Amino acid sequence: MHLTKIRLWAGVCLSAAAICLLIAGCKRKAQEESGGAEQSKKVVIQNIGSDTMVNLAQAWAEFYAKTEPMVSVEVSGGGSGVGVAALINGTAEIANCSRKLEPEEVAKAKSQGKDPKEFLVGFDGLAVYVHKDNPLSQISLEELAEIYREGGKINKWSEVGVSAIPGSKSNDIIRVSRQNNSGTYQYFRETVVGKKADFKQGSLDMNGSKDVVELVSKTPGAIGYSGLGYATAAVKILKISAKRGEGGVQPSIASVHDKTYPLSRPLFMYTPGEPSAQVKRYIDWIVAEPGQKIVEQTGYVPLPKN
Amino acid sequence: MEQEVLNLPEGAVPGPSKAPGARSIVRARKRPVWEIGFEVGLEWLIRLCGISAILFVFGIFAFVFREGAAFLFSSRFSLVKFLFTTEWYPTSMSNIRYGVLALIVGTGSVTILAMAIAVPFGLGAAIFISEFCTGRLKEILKIIIELLAAIPSVVWGFIGISIMNPLIQTVFSVPVGLNVFNGATLLALMSVPIMVSIGEDSLKAVPDSFREAALAMGATRWQTIVRVLLPAAKNGLLAAVLLGIGRAVGETMAVLMATGHAVKIPHSIFDPVRTLTATIAAELGEASVGSDHYQVLFIVGILLFTITFVVNLSADLIVRGVRKG
Repeated sequence: MHLTKIRLWAGVCLSAAAICLLIAGCKRKAQEESGGAEQSKKVVIQNIGSDTMVNLAQAWAEFYAKTEPMVSVEVSGGGSGVGVAALINGTAEIANCSRKLEPEEVAKAKSQGKDPKEFLVGFDGLAVYVHKDNPLSQISLEELAEIYREGGKINKWSEVGVSAIPGSKSNDIIRVSRQNNSGTYQYFRETVVGKKADFKQGSLDMNGSKDVVELVSKTPGAIGYSGLGYATAAVKILKISAKRGEGGVQPSIASVHDKTYPLSRPLFMYTPGEPSAQVKRYIDWIVAEPGQKIVEQTGYVPLPKN
Repeated sequence: MEQEVLNLPEGAVPGPSKAPGARSIVRARKRPVWEIGFEVGLEWLIRLCGISAILFVFGIFAFVFREGAAFLFSSRFSLVKFLFTTEWYPTSMSNIRYGVLALIVGTGSVTILAMAIAVPFGLGAAIFISEFCTGRLKEILKIIIELLAAIPSVVWGFIGISIMNPLIQTVFSVPVGLNVFNGATLLALMSVPIMVSIGEDSLKAVPDSFREAALAMGATRWQTIVRVLLPAAKNGLLAAVLLGIGRAVGETMAVLMATGHAVKIPHSIFDPVRTLTATIAAELGEASVGSDHYQVLFIVGILLFTITFVVNLSADLIVRGVRKG
């Protein structure tokens, strides 16, 4: 009898707890829904996309929140592809993209009834990084292609004129690359490795722009490519020339604008169709003076003034 | 009573109906209808919890299979090329190749090395806790080892990048610290707790009469352990190792961060590799839904599922053997 009673009580307690939880859950959901209706007060702009641009986009969002407290821009990364997917799904008001939209992506967006609008918001110089102790100071696109291309012939530092790197016993070039669907990977393949070529296998494929710089900074024999904005004191940025033996060009605002630096690319923001008034104001602010100043401060290249 | 509830045959109704005394008392009290209905409802809820695991497993398998099936059976996909070539170029503009041999070897090499490190430590710890330890030390050790299992894998990965990486570079003077050895060490540390707790249980399950008999024969402690206890508990210990392997094969975050993520067949334990799990984690996010690349990643998932399923199933069968024996 005693047991039955205990069981009964346990059952009652359990179910009471379950019901409480259920009610609490419903209540919260209801609150969230009503919260959605009250959103007219504070505008939230979802901004998803390129990892290359995520630092920049966050800086924009932070500064914009100071000038426009009623607008909150929520930034997340994931890659250009993720941003475009979010744009098509309708989960992002603005997609950051470190490349132009691909024709298939435009077609897919159109099939969903969306007509992406493009806004040029700045430039990114893609820098080639080596360890700070590496005596190399410049490299040509030809040599980079031989290092990174499948079947390319350069595998040792001695083949680009570096006999020894302090702190590294091996002469092998350790290639640091990106995961194969990042926008940076695709851009580097297109401009350096070759449009129809593939990367040499065995590179260390990092999942973020920052990880590339971090790994290069800790690995004396490494070479890697990443956004100019990710430079730290522990890595060295190489000058780039088109051909072997030519004078290299240091990535800078001027060399990106006059297109003498070969590894620079435009940064875009896309909206699904005509932007709403708030989004339009945000983008206008970005391409104007205050936004472009932040571009420069975060290590990217602002739009030319004209 | 408790026993009866635990081993309830399917379809049987527990509680009052089984205990005649209780039933008559309930009758006398005139149980209200809602109370009975409530109890039946609760019983079904609990039953649903019990079988939900089966639903989830089959549901997940069906989902993974459905996502990859269209491409798996299409003419563009060759299973032989998939399994036996090393070229993994899912996003190539000119020549798309889906070969996962290097990834399988990557997963295999990290797992084998991890087990080579973890098995001696894990089983050693299990023997120590079960046979040499008593009282407080035993409890403390068990708690601390279980704590090891509570560390999230991303934290392990972080340790791999920030502590193990420079350590391996300086100690072994190798160019890259993110490699098989780094990943395997982390996986070993992650699978030791599983091995210890299951290994210790199976050693505890060996009847004391075995130990007493060995002592009576004049066996030393070492002889007792090696010749009596280990053979007697071997099934349980094997299951412990297999579950550790299952954990190591399926682990993602730590190996993604610590192995260097390079598609290549390693020539030494200090070469970077890439595992099947890490490939899915790194690429699925940006593969557009429904594309060939997306489906191939699901086929990689099916492959992984098959590997872990076989490992876990054999562990389970072995444990069953222990219970019978």
